[in-house]
Parts: sequence; structure tokens; C-alpha cells
Amino acid sequence: MPTLTTVIWIVVALLLVGVYLSWTAGRLDRLHARIDAARAALDATLLRRASITQELATAGVLDPAASMVLYQAAHEARQAEEEHREVAESELSQALRAVFAESAQLEAVRAAPGGQETAKELSAAVRRVPMARRFHNDAVRAARALRRHRKVRWFRLAGHAPFPLAFEMDDEPPPVLADRGHDSEG
Amino acid sequence: MRIGVVCPYSWDVPGGVQFHVRDLAEHLIRLGHEVSVLAPSDDETPLPPYVVSAGRAVPVPYNGSVARLNFGFLSAARVRRWVHEGDFDVLHIHEPATPSLALLACWAAQGPIVATFHTSNPRSRAMIAAYPILQPALEKISARIAVSEYARRTLVEHLGGDAVTIPNGVDVRFFADAEPKQEWQGGPEGHTIGFIGRIDEPRKGLPVLMKALPAILEAAPGTRLLVAGRGDEQEAVADLPRAMRENVEFLGMVSDEDKARLLRSVDLYVAPNTGGESFGIILVEAMSAGAPVLASDLDAFEQVLDGGEAGELFPVGRAEELAAAAVRLLADPGRRAGLRERGTRYVRRFDWSTVGADILAVYETVTDGAASVAPDERTGLRARLGLARD
Repeated sequence: MPTLTTVIWIVVALLLVGVYLSWTAGRLDRLHARIDAARAALDATLLRRASITQELATAGVLDPAASMVLYQAAHEARQAEEEHREVAESELSQALRAVFAESAQLEAVRAAPGGQETAKELSAAVRRVPMARRFHNDAVRAARALRRHRKVRWFRLAGHAPFPLAFEMDDEPPPVLADRGHDSEG
Repeated sequence: MRIGVVCPYSWDVPGGVQFHVRDLAEHLIRLGHEVSVLAPSDDETPLPPYVVSAGRAVPVPYNGSVARLNFGFLSAARVRRWVHEGDFDVLHIHEPATPSLALLACWAAQGPIVATFHTSNPRSRAMIAAYPILQPALEKISARIAVSEYARRTLVEHLGGDAVTIPNGVDVRFFADAEPKQEWQGGPEGHTIGFIGRIDEPRKGLPVLMKALPAILEAAPGTRLLVAGRGDEQEAVADLPRAMRENVEFLGMVSDEDKARLLRSVDLYVAPNTGGESFGIILVEAMSAGAPVLASDLDAFEQVLDGGEAGELFPVGRAEELAAAAVRLLADPGRRAGLRERGTRYVRRFDWSTVGADILAVYETVTDGAASVAPDERTGLRARLGLARD
């Protein structure tokens, strides 16, 4: 009889391991879904920022030099291939910072017809980029931590899902657009 | 937007997190959103229409003190039902790292979940042991909010990952429009200093202020100290020379209106706290009311006072330096007016209109393209046996 008991114990142990592994795979799956959602949200905010910038550049409110700088950066950011995306978006951040380094530029935008709205949309857009990026990278970090674990590597629980990568860019908004203490809008 | 908010602490006990949840819910409702708050509360407590009771919290010893917590099958079932019936677009939970309703909600739901970390306890023994259990639940949070840069730093250290910083909100207008009360205002005979906080909680720092008081009174004899808060008044003044005791007035617990009027009236507000603060909402309230602020240089306070630009700082627990700074400020109306002006400008970022917009931006970011909140079926028994399908 001892052999039968041993067999039963082995079966029970295997079953428990199986349940645990399936639960872990579920956890990983959920994390990947979270990354996908966060990435979609990040794409949307980046695109929104680029569109408003482009709108502003073609509106003729700013001087031609500033308009060209913004147009070029926004265009590059929208057209960038996946591997150049981080660089292009960072350059757009830098262009925005350079153009809005003086608050007079923002005043000029606000003074134009419909400019209040545009200024509001632009400052909302530049503030949401760091937010969305942080949520995305937080999800990536959680997934990477789990995927590096032995149980996930040995049993290939991640399947063919690519190893998630953080989105690294310069997302510092222009100070005049980010400062909450001085702006009049809410 | 349909928003479900989970408050981990009893609705009938006053506290910073509860007030924050209440103000947030009311602000969002005013903007036209549908809000439901799930909070523990006694059955007898009258609740506002937007609050759903999760039952009574049970006092248990946890982490060195007695905490009132919700746990067990009954609470979990209530949370699950609330999530199911609410059909929320986004779930906003507060303090998810404590064993409470917030953690249960995190465990029982899936979909866009936003979490706000108010305090950051140093990592406790229980948390280290519970880490493998906690982690899968915390992994579901799509967006983390910390109430200050300091809280964010501790969060990153203890749990890893990252968070955005959105401060606690204050209704600036409520404090700015309060009517000053003449008997609390300074006059030709001397100025008034305000202090609000529990008298018998040493971390609120009243003992430090009491130690500094003789030196302040020596330099400015007519000065009066107004203390609002619960606690033993006799014990608080026990170390003070008898002649000076009448310069201290105890107001007991004050209503929100009287708190605002007190802050509008005093010539100087002193916050001598020695620790345990992750934000410092009282300083924002004082600045909103236009009171010049003198506070200890705790990390959280330093940040709320814009690194000492919007209010003066003194080294934590140092009574002599507190006294010196207070005497200097009371004798310098120009400096006080400057602080008042700068504080009024600086608090705009803490007004609900700004903070609420930021929180809504977080909601919109996490709901972009995501499904709505639903009960997580994988936490049931069937899921454990691998029978549930997702």
C-alpha cells in the first residue's frame, strides 16, 4: 500500500502546482492586458499633444519661426517609426519648452480668437503625457518583475508575449503651461 | 462618468482620508458625475445619499495600535455586490496597502482601478509577510496617486513602481470668505497665535510650542495663544509659569466654520508638528484663510510651503528657534503681509477646481479604451480550481 499512498501524494502535489501555475499565468495575462490599455492611453495622449501643437503651428498666431519649429516637431512625432518614437516625442517636448519659454507666447495664444480654449487644451495635453507615461511604465515594471521569476521562466508561462519595454522620453512640460499656482483656468 | 470610491476608514470617525473622500465625492457630483462611495459605518449613523455602508468595522490590533478594519467573507461579498451593481467606469480606492475595504475592493474587482496612497507607513512586519498576497491585488491598480512628493518617494521605496503626485484638495473660497471673529483677532495690546490639533497627541507638537511660549511672551507680552483641539487642557499648560497661563485660551473642538474664522483672525499660525504627517492639509487651510504660517521643517510641510517660500520653517522640535522666528514675524508686519500674499497665490493649486481636474484627468487616462469595472471572477473558489473562464 505505501506505493499507492505515494502515488496519491504525488498526484495531489502535481495538481496543486498546476493550479498555482495557472493562477500565475492568469495574473500575468491580466498584467499584459493592463500594459496594452496603458499603452493605448499613452498613444492617445501623445497624439492629442501632437495634434494640438500642429493646429497651433498652422494657426498663424505665433511668429513664423516658432510656428515652423512646432510644426516640424509635431509632424516628426506623428510620423515617427516605433523605434524613433521616444526620440521624436522628446524633441516635441523640447520644442514646446523652447517656444513657451517666455510667457508672452502663451499670452499671444490666449489673445487670439478661440485661443483660450486652445491654450487650455494644450496645457491639459502636456500635463497628461507624464501621467499616462508613468502609469504605463508602472505596469511594465510589475510585469517585468513577475516575468523574471523562476516559475514563469521555467514553465514559459508568458508564452510568446514580447518582453515589455518601458517608454522612456523627456516629458517635462513647459513651466508656463504646467504651473498650477498662476494660471487662471481650472 | 460613473465613479465608485472606496473609503477604508469608518465614515462616523473624523479623519483626513474621510474628509478627502467626502469633498472629492461632492466635487465630482457637482460636476455632474455619478458617484457612489463605499465606506464602513455603524448602522445608526446617518449617511449622505451617495454613501453605501459596508457594515461595521471591527477593532483589531494591527501594526502596534488598534485599527478598525473590515475583512471576512461578509465584507468581501458586500464589496463584490457593490462593484457588480454599480457598473462603474472607474474605481477609485484609497489606502490600498492596509488590510481593509480598499484591499478587498482591489481583490474583488477588475478593470480601470485608481488608487490614492495617503500615508506611507514604514514597511511593517505584516506587510513583508503579506507581500506575496498583496502583490497580485496591487498589480491590478492601473494608476497610482500619491498625495505628496514625500508620500510618492516612500511608496516607490516600499512597493516599487511609480505614481503621479496630486495633492489633497481644499475649498479655498470657504476659508478665504470666512468672517474674522473680533475676540480672536490681535489688537493694540498684542497679537494672536493660532494652533489647531489634538492637544494630547505629542506628534502634533503642542509641547514644543508651550516650551517656546515663555520666550515669545517675554519679547511680546500681550500675545495670546489660541488652541483649538481635543485633550487635557490642565496637563498642556502644566509646565508653563502660572502668570503666563492666562495668555493661553483653549477653544476645545471647533466646527469647520469656526476653524475657518479662527484661521482668518489670527496674526500667525504655528504648526510645530514633530512627525507623522504625509501632507499637511491644515497649512493649506491656513494659507487659504490668509494666515501667515510658521511650521516645522518636516518633508511634507516643506513641500506644502513651497520650500519655505509660502511660509516660514524652523527645525523640527527646536523650541528656541520656533520662539525666535515667531518673535521676528510678530514684530514685522511687512513680512507677514508678504507671506499672506504669497500664500494666497500659492494655494490655488490645492483648490478643488485644480485638484479635481487632475483627478478626472487620471480617470480619463485609465478609462481610455478600457472596459468598465466588473467583479473579478478569478478570485472565487471555481477560479482557484481552474474552472472559471475569463
